[in-house]
Amino acid sequence: MARMKFLCDAERCIECNGCVTACKNENEVPWGVNRRRVVTINDGVIGAEKSISVACMHCSDAPCMAVCPVDCFYRTDDGVVLHDKDLCIGCGYCFYACPFGAPQFPQAGAFGLRGKMDKCTFCAGGPEADRSEAEFKKYGRNRLAEGKLPACAEMCSTKALLGGDGDVVADIYRERVLRRGKGSEVWGWGTAYGPGKPGAQPPAAGAKS
Amino acid sequence: MRRAALALAVLAAVGIAGCGESEQVVVYKQGKYQGKPDTRSWDNAPLGAEQRGGNWTTGDRTSWETQIKSRQLSQNEYKRIEQ
Repeated sequence: MARMKFLCDAERCIECNGCVTACKNENEVPWGVNRRRVVTINDGVIGAEKSISVACMHCSDAPCMAVCPVDCFYRTDDGVVLHDKDLCIGCGYCFYACPFGAPQFPQAGAFGLRGKMDKCTFCAGGPEADRSEAEFKKYGRNRLAEGKLPACAEMCSTKALLGGDGDVVADIYRERVLRRGKGSEVWGWGTAYGPGKPGAQPPAAGAKS
Repeated sequence: MRRAALALAVLAAVGIAGCGESEQVVVYKQGKYQGKPDTRSWDNAPLGAEQRGGNWTTGDRTSWETQIKSRQLSQNEYKRIEQ
């Protein structure tokens, strides 16, 4: 069973913002709303600068779903967290609950009035009929219903951003780390892949990524 | 005394119920996920070849997942180089 996830490889991301542009273009996201953005730490520090592309991570135990007072969220069979804009009241609780700052609120009018929440849909649309005009206007394109993956991941020039079934994403990333001979020291590696076989040799030093 | 204990027990039960989390398990029935209407990706017909939407059998989840997986493996450039 597919469980859709994103993974951004900080060793590869070059902060080109291609994913941000692809998302904006594909879903015709309005001005002021960023479903995806690139975050850079240690900007300008040689050797220490790292960037990752961040959007909704489609959490398995999503805090936004837990706090929503009108219960507008739902999770699909593929593990994509979506919401119903007809139910959303734009309260902003999900924004406070989300550790990634994924929920966005368009300025709906004068005086800073907040519109209904908008976020990354994993290019899976929303409650309207799949691939319909109404769905596109409210939620953006439904690429999963077209047999495609999210535009951001497919457009990534360095393939830093991987999207799709979590198992396949993990396999691709694991192979990449083994080939380049580094990456397993990052936080979370042991949690994701375990300690490895006792006595296993690391790949040759200097392997290219 | 007994009445006070009973009231305390009821109060504790109500208090604990307030700490509960809403159910997040995926259940798809009658075209709805947790009460919200939506259709499943594999229930759509594939796009035409000119739109490069891939191929799967409408309503067959396994064939849709195979299509998505083949698309996903194209993100692995090692595989693309070796082919």
